[in-house]
Amino acid sequence: MKKLNWQIWAAFLLSLFAFFSYPLLFVRFPVTRDFPWANLLLFVVAAALMLFGLRRAFASGRPHPLRSKIGGGVLATLGLVVFGFFIFTVFIWARLMPASHGAPQVGQQAPDFTLADTTGKPVALSELRSTPLKGSAPPNGVLLIFYRGYW
Amino acid sequence: MRSIEQSLDKFHEAGIRPVAISVDTPEESRDLSKQAGYTFTILSDPNTEAIKRYDLLHAGAGINGHDVARPAEFLLDNRGTVRWINLTENYWVRARPEQILEAAKLLK
Repeated sequence: MKKLNWQIWAAFLLSLFAFFSYPLLFVRFPVTRDFPWANLLLFVVAAALMLFGLRRAFASGRPHPLRSKIGGGVLATLGLVVFGFFIFTVFIWARLMPASHGAPQVGQQAPDFTLADTTGKPVALSELRSTPLKGSAPPNGVLLIFYRGYW
Repeated sequence: MRSIEQSLDKFHEAGIRPVAISVDTPEESRDLSKQAGYTFTILSDPNTEAIKRYDLLHAGAGINGHDVARPAEFLLDNRGTVRWINLTENYWVRARPEQILEAAKLLK
């Protein structure tokens, strides 16, 4: 007793994969991260499958026409919600950041700071600049990477 | 961060010391390092002192609404002068190691 055809289910599951594969997989590679074309492509395939499945569900002569119409409609709507949430997360939410007009500019002295490392030991920027990387020579430079943190 | 670790040898060859900074506590950063296999220096700025000094505060953007740093990268020379900046406008898009290594050529 099939309530829904497989295309609709596959389309919905594919839309979930298209969403979650961005933060979990494609974000690892700059080529698929900087613009999420791989995920958008997956959504296009999901949409095509969904349309195909819905056409079947809404065709006459199905054994449970009403059920498959309702089920198909619900899953198609959820799939659209997933797509909308993806667009929001990647294109809108990700850009909601303060502009940072006061950041040190090229040519300016970087403000000093002293912060604890992972062992709790205080480390000053001046030490990071002078402590040898390997051997006896101090580094040519220091790359400061500010990130949001994981907790 | 993952890509920084993967290119760490190249950074060291270029004489560049990568240092990551977030609001995470030293314990949290240690867990992250262990889990992800990061071997470069990670510093903790839970009171957002350095983050404010670099004007990178993203107020209320963390889990439970605490303040975090907006992502940014600064390349300093050995006198502490800023030589290159990347203030991303998209949380997902960060500087690639190749870009940073290209900028690092300025330091030699």
